[in-house]
Order: sequence, then structure tokens, then C-alpha cells
Amino acid sequence: MIKLENIDKVYRTARVETLALHNINLDVPSGEFVSVMGPSGCGKSTLLNLIGLLDRPTAGTLAIDGQNVETSERKLARVRNEKLGFVFQTFHLVPDLKVIDNVEIPLLYRKMSGAQRRKLAAAALDRVGLSSRMQHFPTQLSGGQQQRVAIARAIVGKPRILLADEPTGNLDSAMGDEIMDILHELNREEKTTIVMVTHDDRFARRTDRIVRLFDGRRVA
Amino acid sequence: MRNYLTLALKVLTRRKFFTFISLFGVSVTLLVLMVFTAIADNVFSPRAPESRFDRVLCAYAVGWYGDGGTSHSGWPSYAFLDKYVRTLPGAEKVAVFTTPEGTAIYKDGRRTDAILRTTDGEYWRILDFRFLEGRALTNADDTQGAYVAVITDKLREQLFGGKVKAEGQTISIDGRPFRVVGVVKRVPAMRLAGYADVWVPLRTLAPSGFETEMLNGHYQGIVLAKSRADFPRLRREFATRIAAIKPIDPRFTTVKSSLDTTFQFFARMFAPGNQYDPNRVLFTASFFSILALLFMALPALNLVIIGLSRILERSSEIGVRKAFGAPRGALIRQFVLENLVLTFLGALIGFVLSGIVLAILNGTVPIVNGGLDLNVRIFFYAMLIAAFFGVVSGLYPAWRMSRLHPVAALRGGVL
Repeated sequence: MIKLENIDKVYRTARVETLALHNINLDVPSGEFVSVMGPSGCGKSTLLNLIGLLDRPTAGTLAIDGQNVETSERKLARVRNEKLGFVFQTFHLVPDLKVIDNVEIPLLYRKMSGAQRRKLAAAALDRVGLSSRMQHFPTQLSGGQQQRVAIARAIVGKPRILLADEPTGNLDSAMGDEIMDILHELNREEKTTIVMVTHDDRFARRTDRIVRLFDGRRVA
Repeated sequence: MRNYLTLALKVLTRRKFFTFISLFGVSVTLLVLMVFTAIADNVFSPRAPESRFDRVLCAYAVGWYGDGGTSHSGWPSYAFLDKYVRTLPGAEKVAVFTTPEGTAIYKDGRRTDAILRTTDGEYWRILDFRFLEGRALTNADDTQGAYVAVITDKLREQLFGGKVKAEGQTISIDGRPFRVVGVVKRVPAMRLAGYADVWVPLRTLAPSGFETEMLNGHYQGIVLAKSRADFPRLRREFATRIAAIKPIDPRFTTVKSSLDTTFQFFARMFAPGNQYDPNRVLFTASFFSILALLFMALPALNLVIIGLSRILERSSEIGVRKAFGAPRGALIRQFVLENLVLTFLGALIGFVLSGIVLAILNGTVPIVNGGLDLNVRIFFYAMLIAAFFGVVSGLYPAWRMSRLHPVAALRGGVL
């Protein structure tokens, strides 16, 4: 489902060149739940951004769902919209939009009627147990609830891959467990492929495999 | 769309001070433009009593040119209009009348100043005055030199007071007694052909020799075409006639004149250089368009700056939208739409304010005669201006927003 070969990522500024990732090879088959671990600054988020097509590798090839993605920004946007879903540590919900409108965002960029969008968004919220909060604004919800909204937004377009960047990082352990349960349920029932960056060993151990990075290199 | 509109309104209420400044700038700009548009619309659009002017051509100017820079230019004479305009083949009707001039009217020894026109009978068949009493002047009135007059309701009030009937009463103009045969609703001064307070038959007050004097005059001619499609043919015919004139006055060798719409006549008077240069219409239209654009530039720049300052505030949202597959075009559309919501709100406020300003002008400026108003056409212009304004001022910030790198945007935005 996700295949990285000899990936390098170098950040260049006028004075400094930083090697963020070096020679990364990774193969994530469909339906696998992988966690990525490593100390701060080791390149975990960079790796996730590359897999999420939010950034481009300096060298190497990246394939999503069997297709190489060295293409125009427009096509990348389409792949992100149809195949990928994102969950961020800080939720990144739009505070001015109601919960249901936040969840609808990925569907705005598909050819779809408003009623159909509404229906799918409501179903996604139901999936994360937040049907009763559709008309609330994000600030009226707890951190755990906000992250569940973010998961609903990530899965509303039924992507085959879910990328989660420290999804429990801003939550207490009880809420973190709740979020992990949802992710596992999605992985089990929908066969969603999940790549999750985490610092928490407890959550990483629950996944199928742990990929470890150190100083931009893969060490396990 | 609903999603975007909801967000646009939310963003407006989030930073009320900026929104207030933006709305103030947009609405005041549009207010001024609307007032000018309303005046222009009143002057140039066909409105009573010039309702048929969408198919009227005006002969309001003639120029006599000689060698060595000698020239004489001004309103045409009666003889010129009678000979070269009135007889144009294919015209449905042609009217000749004098330019408006001040006169003193006496009633029971009391003097009232008023604006007078003398007209032929055709004038009343081309213009559609609203009659409150009596009848119009006729060709028979003119040819017989009948001492009859039509006055406005405003003059009726001034001459006879409150609710007295004016028809049948006698007034004195230029020392001669005229019997009032009709009363029409007052006409705004913006009507170049229709405006006056009192009308009398052309021949009653015409100077001697008016039927032969070719050079000087203070007459206007209007040609009612069967349809606008006849305009080119009428103009060609008129141009041929003008080109063939051999001026009797030895100082002059050529004659220039043209059949214009009201706007073309205004453009001819307004633009510098040769009055009969056909590019003057383009010059005048461009001049006022550029003036309007310059006038809009300041509030537009203000909107651009506010739009740019909002990029950082919205960077997380932009990052999320990009992550979930928003193409750049969709983001540009979204932010331009948000700007349009602002400018349309400003336009609506400006429209209401301009209604108030026009009402004040109507009540306080006497020559306006209550003629300024807002209508669907002006509202359409307002919306058009607002749309142009919104798109132009929204495009640059929207373009900058759409170019944000998604990772940088999610981190908090780096331009």
C-alpha cells in the first residue's frame, strides 16, 4: 500500500543543509497498522509528511497504492483527497465551523451534493460516537472529543490510508486510550492502513509493527 | 457553498474592527459611485419625459470652420435644423425647440422667474410629459403663433398657489399674454431636451429672420428613429448633407455637425480637442472609468492588506484544506468568495446610504426637481461594481494563501 525506496529528504536554506531523512526504505502492506517511533527531531513527522504527499522527497521513490507519486501538485491534491486521511496532534479543527461542517471539509473537494456530504459526515461522526455533537463548535468540546471529530474528518472520505501524527500527544491517558481504540477499530473493521507517529511506547506496542528512526535513519 | 458562506460571515464577525473599517471603506466608496451613477443614469438613460430617447438622435451642435483657424461653434440655428435635420428621410418624427433660458413671468403684477422653452408641435409627440391638466402644444399652435403655454406643476404652485386650476388662466411672458392650456409634472434639470418650467409655441417668441439665419442660433433638434437600427443610416444621410453645404458666409469653408445620443453629445462637450473627433466618446467613457477605478483603489488596497494580514490567522485552516486535497483553485475561489461577501455587504450598505443622500439632494437642490432616484438598473450597476471590487481586491491575498506550503501552514504559516 505504501512503498518508500531510498528516500532522502534534505532541507536547504541559504547557509545550512539539514539531512532530515536518509536512505529510508519502508513497505507497508494494505491493512497494516504501523507506528513510527524515535526521539524528537529524528524525522518522524518529515516521514509522515512525505507519505502524506504534503512534502516531496529530495531523492528516492514513493509509491501509494502501487502508483509512483512524482506528479503535479494538482494530482497530488487529488491523491490526498481520495486515498489519504490525516489526524494531527493539535487537531487542526476550524474553530468557526460547526463540528459537522469541519467533518465535511474533505468532501468539499469532490463532486458531490450537499445532502450527500451531510449524510456521509453524519455517518462518520456516528462512527466516532459524536452524533449528538454535530451542531457544536470545536471549542465546546473536550480535547478527546475534538480528536474524535478530527478522526471523523479523516475517515469521512473513506481513505485507504490514515496518517496520524501523535494523535494522543495532547490528550490524557484515558482519552488517549479512547482514540487508540477507535484507530484499532478502523484498522480491524475497515481494513484501513494506518501509519502513526507516537512517543508513547504503550500505544506503539499495540500496533502491528514499530518502525524506529534515529537521526534521520531507520534503525528498526 | 453554504460551508464557505458560513465561514465568510464568521470571519467577518471575528475581527469586528477590521470588518468595520473594510465595510466603511467599501460602502463609502460605493456610496459616492452610486450617487454619480444615479446622476449619470438620470441624465443618459431614457426617462420621462425622454422615455423614447433610446431611439432619439440629437442635433445640438454645429461648427463652422474657415481657413486660418476661424471658427464658430455652438447651438444650431432654426434654419439649419429646419433645412438639414427636419427633412431627413426615414425619421419617424423630428422636433425643433429652443435651449432653456430664464424669463420673467408676470401674474397680477407679481414677477416669477422661470425657465422657458419655445417648441414646435412635434416636440410634444416625441417627449412624453405627464399631464396633470389640459393638453400639449400642437403644430397648429405653432404655425398660427397662438399665445398658449404649458407650465409645470411647480410653476403652477408659484404662480397660482395651492390647489387652483391653472388651465384657462392668463400669464404674461415677454410682455405678451399667454393662456395656460396644460400643466405637466415638473422635470429634472438633467433632461437636456425636456427641462423647463414653461413652454410656448416656437413662433410666438422667435426673433425676426430666424427662418433664414443659418449661422447663429440657440435651437436644439431631435430625431426620433423608427428603431436604433436606423441610427447609422440617419447619420450617414446627415453627414452627406453636411458635407455638401457651401457656407454663405465667406469666412467659413466647412461645416461640421453630427447626430448624437445624449451621452455622445455630453462626451463631445467634455473631451478636449476637436469637438467632432469620433474618439471623444471613447475618451470620455475611458476617463470616467479610470476615475472610478482610481477612486476604488484606496479601499481596494485596504482590503488587500487586511486580506494579507488574515493569512497567518488562517494558516492552520489552509494547511488542513490542502492536506485534505483542496486544489489551489478551490482555495482561491473560497477566499475571493469571502471577500465578495464583504464587498456585497458594503455595497448593500452603500446602496441604502446613497438612497438617503439622493433623497437629501432631491429635497435641497432645486434644479434636481426630485428627479434622482435608485432603480433596478442602478442596483445592478452597484452589484457589478461590488463584484469587480471584490474580485480584484480578493485575488492577490487569495493567491498568496493558496501558495502556502501545507506543512508550513500547519505549523503556523510562513509566507
